[in-house]
Amino acid sequence: MGLRVNSQGGGTARPLESEGAFVADLPRLRPDEPCISPPQLRSIMAVRTSDGLYEVLGGGVWQEKPRASALVWRNRPPSRRRDDTFPKTAACSRMTVPKDMAEKWLWMLMPWRGCRNPRNKDPGQEEERHVKANDRDYNEKFPYADNRIRTSKYNVLTFLPINLFEQFQRVANAYFLFLLILQLIPQISSLSWFTTIVPLVLVLTITAVKDATDDYFRHKSDQQVNTRQSQVLIGGKLQNEKWMNVCVGDIIKLENNQFVAADLLLLSSSEPYGLCYIETAELDGETNLKVRQALTVTSELGMDMSKLTEFDGEVVCEPPNNKLDRFVGTLYWKDNRYPLDNEKLLLRGCMLRNTEWCFGMVIFAGPQTKLMQNCGRTAFKRTSIERLMNTLVLWIFGFLLCMGIILAIGNSIWEQKVGRNFRDYLVWEDVLTTSVFSGFLTFWSYIIILNTVVPISLYVSVEVIRLGHSYFINWDRKMYYGRRDMPAEARTTTLNEELGQVEYIFSDKTGTLTQNIMVFNKCSINGRTYGDIYDEFGHKVEISEKTPCVDFSFNPLRDRKFRFYDHSLVEAIKLGDPMVEEFFRLLALCHTVMSEEKNEGELVYQAQSPDEGALVTAARNFGFVFRARTPETITLYEMGKHVTYQLLAILDFNNVRKRMSVIVRNQTGQIKLYSKGADTILFDRLDPANDDLMYTTSEHLNEFAGEGLRTLALAYKDLDEKYFADWMKRHHIASTILENREDLLSSLYEEIEQDMMLLGATAIEDKLQEGVPETIACLTLASIKIWVLTGDKLETAMNIGYSCNMLRDDMNEVFIITGHTVLEVQQQLRRAKELILGAGRGAANGGKDAEKMDRYRDDSVFEETITSEYALIINGHSLAHALEADLECLLLDTACLCKTVVCCRVTPLQKAQVVELVKRYKRAVTLAIGDGANDVSMIKTAHIGVGISGQEGMQAVLASDYSFAQFRYLQRLLLVHGRWSYYRMCRFLCYFFYKNFAFTLVHFWFGFFCGFSAQTVYDQWFITLFNIVYTSLPVLAMGLFDQDVNEQNSLRQPKLFEPGQLNLLFNKRQFFMCTLQGIYTSCVLFFIPYGAFSNPVRDDGSQIADQQSFAVTIATSLIIVVSVQIGLDTNYWTAVNHFYIWGSLTVYFAILFAMHSDGIFSIFPSHFPFVGTARNSLTQTSVWLVILLTTVVCVMPVVAIRFLRTDLYPTLTDKVRHMQQASRKQRPQEQNLKRVRRTSSRRSAYAFSHQEGYGELITSGKNIKAASSFSAPPTGRIPGSSSWIESLLKKRNEMASSTVVEPLRSNTEREGAENTPAQQHID
Amino acid sequence: MKTQETTSRPDNTAFTQQRLPAWQPVLSAGIVIPGFLFIGLAFIGIGIGLFITSQSIQVLERDYTGTGSSSACSNCVSSNISCFCQLNFSLSALFPGPVFFYYGLSNYYQNVRKYGVSRDDEQLWGDVSKSPCSTCGPYQYSQNMTIAPCGAIANSMFNDSFTLYQLVNMTKKTVPLDGKGIAWWTDYSIKFRNPTEVYGSLAAAFNGTVKPVNWAKPVYDLDPSNPANNGFLNQDFLVWMRTAALPDFWKLYRRINAGDYVSGLPAGNYTLEIQYNYPVADFGRKSVIFTNVAWMGARNSFLGIAYLVMGFLCVVMSMVMLIVYAKFNTPGEDS
Repeated sequence: MGLRVNSQGGGTARPLESEGAFVADLPRLRPDEPCISPPQLRSIMAVRTSDGLYEVLGGGVWQEKPRASALVWRNRPPSRRRDDTFPKTAACSRMTVPKDMAEKWLWMLMPWRGCRNPRNKDPGQEEERHVKANDRDYNEKFPYADNRIRTSKYNVLTFLPINLFEQFQRVANAYFLFLLILQLIPQISSLSWFTTIVPLVLVLTITAVKDATDDYFRHKSDQQVNTRQSQVLIGGKLQNEKWMNVCVGDIIKLENNQFVAADLLLLSSSEPYGLCYIETAELDGETNLKVRQALTVTSELGMDMSKLTEFDGEVVCEPPNNKLDRFVGTLYWKDNRYPLDNEKLLLRGCMLRNTEWCFGMVIFAGPQTKLMQNCGRTAFKRTSIERLMNTLVLWIFGFLLCMGIILAIGNSIWEQKVGRNFRDYLVWEDVLTTSVFSGFLTFWSYIIILNTVVPISLYVSVEVIRLGHSYFINWDRKMYYGRRDMPAEARTTTLNEELGQVEYIFSDKTGTLTQNIMVFNKCSINGRTYGDIYDEFGHKVEISEKTPCVDFSFNPLRDRKFRFYDHSLVEAIKLGDPMVEEFFRLLALCHTVMSEEKNEGELVYQAQSPDEGALVTAARNFGFVFRARTPETITLYEMGKHVTYQLLAILDFNNVRKRMSVIVRNQTGQIKLYSKGADTILFDRLDPANDDLMYTTSEHLNEFAGEGLRTLALAYKDLDEKYFADWMKRHHIASTILENREDLLSSLYEEIEQDMMLLGATAIEDKLQEGVPETIACLTLASIKIWVLTGDKLETAMNIGYSCNMLRDDMNEVFIITGHTVLEVQQQLRRAKELILGAGRGAANGGKDAEKMDRYRDDSVFEETITSEYALIINGHSLAHALEADLECLLLDTACLCKTVVCCRVTPLQKAQVVELVKRYKRAVTLAIGDGANDVSMIKTAHIGVGISGQEGMQAVLASDYSFAQFRYLQRLLLVHGRWSYYRMCRFLCYFFYKNFAFTLVHFWFGFFCGFSAQTVYDQWFITLFNIVYTSLPVLAMGLFDQDVNEQNSLRQPKLFEPGQLNLLFNKRQFFMCTLQGIYTSCVLFFIPYGAFSNPVRDDGSQIADQQSFAVTIATSLIIVVSVQIGLDTNYWTAVNHFYIWGSLTVYFAILFAMHSDGIFSIFPSHFPFVGTARNSLTQTSVWLVILLTTVVCVMPVVAIRFLRTDLYPTLTDKVRHMQQASRKQRPQEQNLKRVRRTSSRRSAYAFSHQEGYGELITSGKNIKAASSFSAPPTGRIPGSSSWIESLLKKRNEMASSTVVEPLRSNTEREGAENTPAQQHID
Repeated sequence: MKTQETTSRPDNTAFTQQRLPAWQPVLSAGIVIPGFLFIGLAFIGIGIGLFITSQSIQVLERDYTGTGSSSACSNCVSSNISCFCQLNFSLSALFPGPVFFYYGLSNYYQNVRKYGVSRDDEQLWGDVSKSPCSTCGPYQYSQNMTIAPCGAIANSMFNDSFTLYQLVNMTKKTVPLDGKGIAWWTDYSIKFRNPTEVYGSLAAAFNGTVKPVNWAKPVYDLDPSNPANNGFLNQDFLVWMRTAALPDFWKLYRRINAGDYVSGLPAGNYTLEIQYNYPVADFGRKSVIFTNVAWMGARNSFLGIAYLVMGFLCVVMSMVMLIVYAKFNTPGEDS
């Protein structure tokens, strides 16, 4: 298909094992772990601090990029002040809005979920850190943490007390403990202690086992990390030490590709100027290398052990914190003070790259490192079902109290009216003095008896079901990505059913929708297109896996992963077509890619943007291999021979120029300018002689753009020696003056880039991940709204929007909000909204008066009536305004009226803000999906965070609740797993509440006939075992295995997802219905036997009207009724269901007869008083007739109502089930979703990253390593090298003095630059 | 590549892939409507059977509380000492046998929790030497001695006794009452046990215990006529100890299945002589009941009627569903 270059620059990728190994370092995010610690909260919410910096978790991302760009020159002066760039207050003040009450309440309800992590607190509130190198004695005076990390909670000794303490903090458990205590009071103990203690112990044990297993794995991973080896300088010698034994102040040596063991101050390195390169992928997700530089004084220490041992500098710095991008400190050494900043710090979690060795001094260790301060603890997320469940349990508590009060009053009255006359036979005890007091005691007795309406096993069962669902996700082969051996993973086990309720998806673009792989797909050279292949009849052939690709074996330096299918291009090359050669020569010369050649012939390109990498790799395969560069030369391996070009100038890319050029002198001495850039820009600067070619190329470009490819035009120009010398001189002057430098330079560039000759155009495919358009189409059908939030440019974002079918040409209107001021943004939004509403009103209401429209304004129902399709695209700059308090509602309204929303150039903070906005106002379940560190904030903010385990490191995955390798698995996660989980959980809860009501309320009815004396209907053993043995497994099996609709139909009928979004399967109404059913059942269960037992005798005349027979009859009826009910509720009877349902019934009878048997009675006569009851009553026909009648009366109405409901008001589920049933006999036909082909006339024309290039870095030569230029002629000296360092340092100082402004300014700048062309483009 | 082993690839089993073979029942019209009809008809059948059987059972109930106009034994209500009274009734036709003779108490709360737990099952199992458990309430000790049997249930044991005479030619002919096996076999042989006799004397086995405060005779002397029917294994005691579930209950007193009365009570006049000991007038009533039983037990029209109603409802429901089904068609047809 084309050339594939991965974004890491073709292969310097970290070895995967090491990545995997490192993951263990980061404490896994677990739901049960203490959640946000205060500093964490700050970082997640990403509040703007007083100095105007945005601090975001993993915020290095946002900070680093602007800084990096500050290294190269700026073409535009800062145009705007930051005050009007970012809203000052609104965004932040809102972040402190207290969470809603329910949330608060839950924290109180389950405080064990809360935050309790003393390790995160600094001992003694450290205010300033003093660390002396090589002086452990001195450093030990301070309570600094050592380098051992501990994410585990317990050890063998503390497990039991701590775990029990935690468990009893759970209200449900504490409640049952309270019940247990009540039961020990003889006056009110209506049930034996074992009825409560058996389930309680069972529940506690299950939870404890789970906690212990979790903690065991934490211990293991801690152990693994803590025992890693590092080389520590001890007593003048390097010694291998375990990581956990490294102390603050130690000097340690790192080698290439090693992980940094703690936060180090870089002292010296193998590279000149004390530079060293690190990869921060694990920290902030960026895969590009970053430079760190040691202080000059310390870099002179080199690797001289004696000098290093003597080094006794003292570092005074800030206390440990979680800001990855900030460090302030001072080094005191030899009576001098040296300021330290982040650029001199190597953080734990980074990996040393391209640097043979370096020495560093440990500043922060173990839990105090920035990585550990930052990671791990996520906010504990709770599903809406769980919140509802907690509310309902509270309601049930209330209901329980009401029943208790009613029965207590009843008891007082009864004692007063009836009981007093009965005292001949039932004497009051001494403590009982009045009937009111008797009522009071009865109240507590009934609380004990009726406690089973609040089911103790509910929480445990829910956990078990969720755990099972999580395993099903982990086990799903259809979400397993073979190419990277990556199964899907449910990282939290508590959110599964929420997956079935998702309404909004917030997706990142790069790496999530796209693969971030650029593929050289097609090109047009000299008026001819290459790339498509045709069969013998001249029809275009669809390229598939089987299509034979071009054989590049003639080229020893080829990239083996590169694929191209059109043979004619290679033939043209082989024939020596000069234009084609020039085309590829241009691609090989005009770029800022760095090459690295580890072994002969093994080239690795470090490209700044994947687009560039793709182009250079394409040239490489077609025989124009870019081999090496020095600041002054570029060496190519052109069709088998080495050619060295002299690099005279790089006219770098920026957003205004939208092109880059190089000026080179080839071996024959000719000076040539090669330029590539956006077609619109380049076509204006062509020689008029190119008009014809321009016309054809333009047509080709349209064609490419129609296929969603990113295009670039290429042109060259022969330069006159004299003219160039003159130009170069002016260029030199311009680049040295201080004022207006950028303007001068750009006009110089403009001057030389005229009258160029067109070569052709390239087309690069920004490869979407597999199945993205289909997935999006399917999710859209499921009424899930997908918003794309990307840090990328507006143009790119739109382009992707089109290619994944979110934006379409047939949409009524695509609104683009690019206002610079609040007012502009407001106007644009309002206009968009009015337009939509106006049109909607016209269509839906036939143009009724405006008043009505106002009424509809906030009405979500109205949204439904809008049939036309709109899209909203808003850039980060406008978003900042739109997210202010007074505009956010407008933004939300407008955005929700649109089918598609794309936000581009958004900061991580804004991503989180947008999610928060929707979460807050729409009360909808949100899901955020992303792969990079910049998505972490939104992943943590959304109800559900999904991490794509892609190429941008593990940060997103670590913060996520679910992770998998491909975006398309989202469809399966939501529509199959999410839907099932939700469905199962709802059915489970309905049944569970029903069951407990039916079971318990019988006591309530019986109360009216036993003098409200808290007499139990059932045997105490039955009460003990009912929830945990007799009825637990069938409902668990249903909760785990039930399927209303099979997975094919779930995917085929995305509409089936809607009940979850509308919360139809379990809500307060459903709860009310199922409790009503429970109450009805309990009524029937009591009153039918009551009627039948008014004077029953056995067929031999002896009585069976006794308490025990009555109990057995009702208990048996109950078991049968709830078993039939679970049978009715189970739609999918697997062998397990059969086993559990029939098994439970069998077990019931087995236990019943066992407990009523002679044997057990003779062992414990006082505990099994029911001896003989079962065989005396259950042998009677009349008893069975009662049971039969009870069962039928309980079940028939349910069946009838269900049947009538499915008949009269069938839901989609019913219909699909029906179809499924009908087609069961026939083979289900596969009706795959047709791939949606897009046709578009849009053209996107650029292939650069959004930053300015590395031009200056290249020409200064500082970043070129000696090793990589072995094939290039020796350069002898590196021109301007010292000056580069100086200018770098100068810039850094500049930056330091204006840190506040810098990142923001460069950010604005880029946006300002991009707005205009983008808008033109749309217009 | 295919053969390469990938460790983390999930297993392809029906279980992990949620493809377990399953039976997927659907409440379709073809099952539900005939099902309802069938159950309805079956219930009507059972209901008719039950109802007819129930109607064929004869019951003769006579209240003898002594209060109120219709009641016999009004002479005994206010008497504190044991009092005799008579209850006369006549049968116009044969009361088919075997006839069972019950006493019935109403508004008598044997099911009050404190009453129901006021017993000591270990003591009743023959262990009279131990101290009775605390639930026996105020009836644990008397005169510093253990009460045997302890507790409120035993203490309140029904102690009226009856003798039934048929008036044949103006002479009273005793109707033999059989008191054997009126309690559950399991109670008699498993749950209750007398303490081991000492030198063949049951009374000695109960040494160190006293009779319940309300009792006239100690437990080992409950039935002077039959030495085997004493102690905890006394049949009337066993019957009484099986507490009733509901406040109105019958308890079996005797069977009439011997002599001339094997086939039932012939037509004629009868006199029941009652030794009236048990005061219930304060809270409820007591009565005697003669009845015969069928396979479904005693006469109880509730069950028969309930079955008939339910059966009828099911049939009606099936009709309604049929109409609805025919009118609104099957789901899924329009999709």
